[in-house]
Amino acid sequence: MIWEVFRQEREGQPFQHGGSLEAPNREFAEAYAVEFYGRRAESVALWIVPRDAILEIEDPYVADVFDRDYRRVDGYSLKVKLKDARERAGTA
Amino acid sequence: MSAQGPPSPAVEAVLAFADDELVLGWRDSEWTGIAPFLEEDVAFSSIAQGEIGHARALYELAAGVLGGDADALAFDREPGEYRCAPFVELQLVDDWAATIARHWLYETADSVRVAELVDSDWPELAGLAAKMDREEAYHRMHAQMWADRLRESAERDRFEGKVAELWPYALGLLEPGQRDRLAELVGREPVDAVERGAHTEGFAELHGEMTMVRRSVAGARW
Repeated sequence: MIWEVFRQEREGQPFQHGGSLEAPNREFAEAYAVEFYGRRAESVALWIVPRDAILEIEDPYVADVFDRDYRRVDGYSLKVKLKDARERAGTA
Repeated sequence: MSAQGPPSPAVEAVLAFADDELVLGWRDSEWTGIAPFLEEDVAFSSIAQGEIGHARALYELAAGVLGGDADALAFDREPGEYRCAPFVELQLVDDWAATIARHWLYETADSVRVAELVDSDWPELAGLAAKMDREEAYHRMHAQMWADRLRESAERDRFEGKVAELWPYALGLLEPGQRDRLAELVGREPVDAVERGAHTEGFAELHGEMTMVRRSVAGARW
């Protein structure tokens, strides 16, 4: 059984993927995770997740068939709009 | 030995303990690279290193009284001067069930030994025992999870057979007065122990291997 281990380096920081390990049950997974990611005080907390519990989506990009660049911020020329707005407000 | 030094039996006991830890660490490290799977290889090698670290601390304590240093005590003595129990000398490297049986019996026996040393009237020894116990807790957890796992598996009888075979050896780790406690913890009847004093057949070869570098380059440091 494969387990994915996420580690938190310091309190308040996001958990980041540390790696994966093979272990037959939770107890072994805990022992090995502590051995690999905890014994040198490199983590303040660990998340150990069975790989099966992770919902993986491959190729999550949904193709833009139509031209809808107005849905993206780069569809706007913010620079020009800001300039106009500032002029109107008299702060330019 | 200094006049204020602790009595000799205490130093003898520390040396015997150190020899147990050194030799067991050496035997366990024989699994490095060939343990049942990668994760266990790393974990068991780390435990082996842990035992050798404890041996060093105990040798340093003994050297403070006897003179010399940890390396000299670990590697400069003749095979006959080592006080380790035959239990730790057995070479079990091709048999994982036997290795786990020894690991489980050893860690359980160690918990009895360390619990007593924590109250030693030799303050440095009491402090060291408390420090060791924090690490031994991880060793015990590892030994217990493996013992449970093998007992729940199809290998149950084979594992229990190895525990039974090693039981008289395990008793030899402890002082006679501590043995009932061990029997209680592992759920077995006390039997005649394989005592310290004589070494097993394989010990001379093991000693030769352990001291090889030290003998080839006297005083080598790295």
